[in-house]
Amino acid sequence: MKSIAVYILVLLSMTFKSMAEDDLLNELDSTSEPETNYVSSTFKTTRIVTGHSIESMREGELEFRISHRFGKVNTGVDGFWGLDQSTIFLSLEYGITDWLEAGIGRTTNEKTVNGFTKIGLLKQSSGAVNMPVSVSYLATVGVNTMSWDNPDRNNYFTSRLSFAHQLLIARKFNNDFSLQLTPTLIHRNLVPTALDDNDIFALGIGGRYKLTNRISLNFEYYYVLRPTWSIKSDYSEPLSIGVDIETGGHVFQIMLSNSLGMIEKHYIAENTGTWSNGDIHLGFNISRVFALY
Amino acid sequence: MKKIILIIMLIGFSMNLFSQEKFISKTGHIWFYSKTPLETIEAHNNQVATIINIKTGAIAFDILMKSFKFQRALMEEHFNENYIQSEKYPKCTFSGKFVDFPSENFTKNGTFKTVVEGDMTMHGVTKHVNQAGTLEIKDGKIYAKSKFNIKPEDYGIEIPSLVRDKIASSMEINVEITYEPFIKY
Repeated sequence: MKSIAVYILVLLSMTFKSMAEDDLLNELDSTSEPETNYVSSTFKTTRIVTGHSIESMREGELEFRISHRFGKVNTGVDGFWGLDQSTIFLSLEYGITDWLEAGIGRTTNEKTVNGFTKIGLLKQSSGAVNMPVSVSYLATVGVNTMSWDNPDRNNYFTSRLSFAHQLLIARKFNNDFSLQLTPTLIHRNLVPTALDDNDIFALGIGGRYKLTNRISLNFEYYYVLRPTWSIKSDYSEPLSIGVDIETGGHVFQIMLSNSLGMIEKHYIAENTGTWSNGDIHLGFNISRVFALY
Repeated sequence: MKKIILIIMLIGFSMNLFSQEKFISKTGHIWFYSKTPLETIEAHNNQVATIINIKTGAIAFDILMKSFKFQRALMEEHFNENYIQSEKYPKCTFSGKFVDFPSENFTKNGTFKTVVEGDMTMHGVTKHVNQAGTLEIKDGKIYAKSKFNIKPEDYGIEIPSLVRDKIASSMEINVEITYEPFIKY
């Protein structure tokens, strides 16, 4: 009886013997609590091609951006395939907090001064908290600062204003591929004719595919809802493809697009170029991020 | 009666084998530092999980790369996206043991110089490492400190030539852990 007991005792003590080194690591693993893993870098920068992406500046970061679009390729030799003409959008955007940024810029088109704010609402995450998408809200206001066509007419300042509202819904599917849906509402206070709509709805879709750690291929398309009663308009949907090159503090974006504009009112609501006609613009964005803290 | 005594002995034995055998910390502090004329890089991780088994002299580290916090958010993003690729390789682990360190030393107050030897896995690369450090044992707690250098290239971390001068050729790693007895219920 005693020998059996001792035998069992020895056996038991051997099973409880100190674990091997690997088991020590496993033990650490098993004691850790589930964490929430927030996604970062859904896109390389704050724009997909021309349109805003879900990314925004973190607190204390300032982005300086130069956006440039050349003329149309179908201008041939005479127009040097578009390179003779240039349109620019210079902008600054600043992170007030990690989820709130404000920006201001000015573009050549209609000499518009454009102010905007991007508010982060949801952040994609996995782990303890599961959120399938990141969502942000973008509100912009544009002021057309050109002198009036007809100074004798009763011109209102509010006629210079246009607004754009966008909901940026993005998902980073994996390290290489991200997609964003952008329902858009553009409101123009003053429109050219009575048959034009002040309110224009659009749905954008854009995405990126990473080719290397620092280079990605981006595309963007906006489907614009034109009511059936409006006159057959000369407007067309913007379609753009581009390449992002990230080099530390800079992101270079080179693109081809049928849209000349760089703010929502211009490139979504008032785009007149078509790919089939050769109304293709070569363009680039250069952005540089500064840490102001 | 004898059976009861036996059962009590058995339970007592098994519990005894667990008491004060392991020391753990889930808030270990590891930070790395690099200074060049172009850029200073510093990141702190205050959530390092590490465990020591004083009976066998084994030590293990479990480090979540995303828990390294930088002062500049953009630097942290680049660290995770481009350099350490934390989505692909989320953890850095170390599994090794103290060299020539009798387990009795763990139970008495004092400061000792030690060497730890084992396998470190980071960015998908495993290397056998051998580093020195100091252990201060005081009032039932173990204070561990170490400072050593690592070359990013040794772990397959690619640094493009454009930014090579911004990062020192070897990064200084600092480890500071306070271990407490690990009581398993």
